[in-house]
Amino acid sequence: MDRIAELYTEVINFHGSKPRNFKKLETANRQQEGVNPLCGDHVTLYLEMEGDRIKDVGFQGTGCRISTASASMMTTAIKGKSKEDAKELFDEFHKLIKGQLPLDPDQHHLGHIATAFSNIANRPERVKCAILSWRTMRAALEGETEAVTTEDEHRQD
Amino acid sequence: MPAALEVEAKGMRTSQFDVHRIREDFPILKQQVHGRPLVYLDSAATSQKPQVVIDAIKDYYSEQNANVHRGVHYLSQLATREYEDARVKIQRFINAAETHEIIYTRGATEGINLVAQSYGRKFVHEGDEIIISAMEHHSNIVPWQMLCEQNRAKLRVIPINDDGELLIEEFARMLNRNVKMVAVTHLSNALGTIVPVKRIIELAHSQDVPVLLDGAQAAPHLKVDVRELDCDFYAFSGHKMCGPTGIGVLYGKSHWLESMPPVLGGGDMISSVTFEKTTYNVLPYKFEAGTPNIEGAIGLGVAVDYLSEIGLDLIAAYEHELLEYGTEIISAIPGVKIIGTAQEKAGVLSFTVDGVHPHDVGTILDDQGIAIRAGHHCAQPVMKRFNVPATARASLAFYNTKQEIDALAEGLQKVIEVLS
Repeated sequence: MDRIAELYTEVINFHGSKPRNFKKLETANRQQEGVNPLCGDHVTLYLEMEGDRIKDVGFQGTGCRISTASASMMTTAIKGKSKEDAKELFDEFHKLIKGQLPLDPDQHHLGHIATAFSNIANRPERVKCAILSWRTMRAALEGETEAVTTEDEHRQD
Repeated sequence: MPAALEVEAKGMRTSQFDVHRIREDFPILKQQVHGRPLVYLDSAATSQKPQVVIDAIKDYYSEQNANVHRGVHYLSQLATREYEDARVKIQRFINAAETHEIIYTRGATEGINLVAQSYGRKFVHEGDEIIISAMEHHSNIVPWQMLCEQNRAKLRVIPINDDGELLIEEFARMLNRNVKMVAVTHLSNALGTIVPVKRIIELAHSQDVPVLLDGAQAAPHLKVDVRELDCDFYAFSGHKMCGPTGIGVLYGKSHWLESMPPVLGGGDMISSVTFEKTTYNVLPYKFEAGTPNIEGAIGLGVAVDYLSEIGLDLIAAYEHELLEYGTEIISAIPGVKIIGTAQEKAGVLSFTVDGVHPHDVGTILDDQGIAIRAGHHCAQPVMKRFNVPATARASLAFYNTKQEIDALAEGLQKVIEVLS
């Protein structure tokens, strides 16, 4: 498979062109903005929390195929999950795109997300695209009010 | 096509331009990227460097390195002479009246910040106005915003039309006695528009308002004559014109520079220092505190010699031919839309592809060895004006070929194939 087909997998193309949960969630009780200043992408994430559980989720915004697919798949993964489980998924996804996650499916909870995004680690220029919605989700769960930015992904520390 | 006509009138034709010989001067262009020949279409971000510039930097560190304006020893004198000779070359390149009107900076950004802070501190007060345009790079927006915030002045913006052309009549109406500076780009990095700066300067001067031109994009692609333009300040960057990074130039008319306070204090910018009082050095040193980028200045001097030897008129004419060719074949691809369609344009092809984000365009082109920029091009207000989050931008230089534009067109076909 060539490098492009490895990156734009069928799953990424599917979610990237027809994203799930792409809507303003009227019942949301949390809302968080995320921006990628490098390319002007932005995402607005809506969560309807029921106690510590994510009852429903939606997102809106503009982004590339990678960031849209990532947002779409992230929302399907966290729907119905507890806050703690969603944060664990974030940690696993972050490791994945840094190339630090064991790809054995028994060792993580990302399922097909891990397969779809495993090649991002080889493309540092697209890491910010993949992580934007995930970081926005974590910030929403932690009740942050400032918009999330992905600029610090450049830092080596 | 005034540029081409002008060139023909001088007896030059672009057929005289041997691009394949030019390419031999640029070692980086010989390389392969992802197994394909490099097609470098990102010169508006930074230009590639000819061997003579690379050699000049290597030679400087191998044979001439010493601090400038300090030592009595042989090497220091040698380095000082090379460093100051480069200033004379740059002076001639833009036809400045005096060598001391050439201030070395880190780049166009620093030059604009210098004027905003120095001129601003002295001449801009509460209620005054600064005029910029709607197609400025962030480097010609933010320094003025910072000044306006500090001094409670007002930032006003000349609107542009759907082709990306500045509305001159609107500008004429905006001028009034409170305006203390007009700062506009000479050539837009995001749209390629060549701004009618001469007309802007005439209008501003008729109301005694000085004009700063952001020449970061124009200096490598158009013949710049600061005396003919009669601009008050002209800022540009070395790295966009075949020179090294970290060096740039601020041209300023003597009388302005004389009347402006220094921004950075330190070594080299003083005549005498006591704890009670410091007397500042003469121009240009008043604005050049600290040990400068010596190898950068020398490299830039060699770069302007290199460009002058080819001839900016010929470069502009050849690049115009490439632009017309590129515009025709890129806009013929279904779903591709060119953003920035001014009558007067230089080598920038900013475009969108239906249903495909520019970042994905960039990644798929990169895989074919084609380097373009995808994003907002540090001109977010321009993106907003055209209602797009970002564009893909192919930017041309005199070392590009029509075959490379063909490769871009083929690459775009692949983009559409993969993503739609």
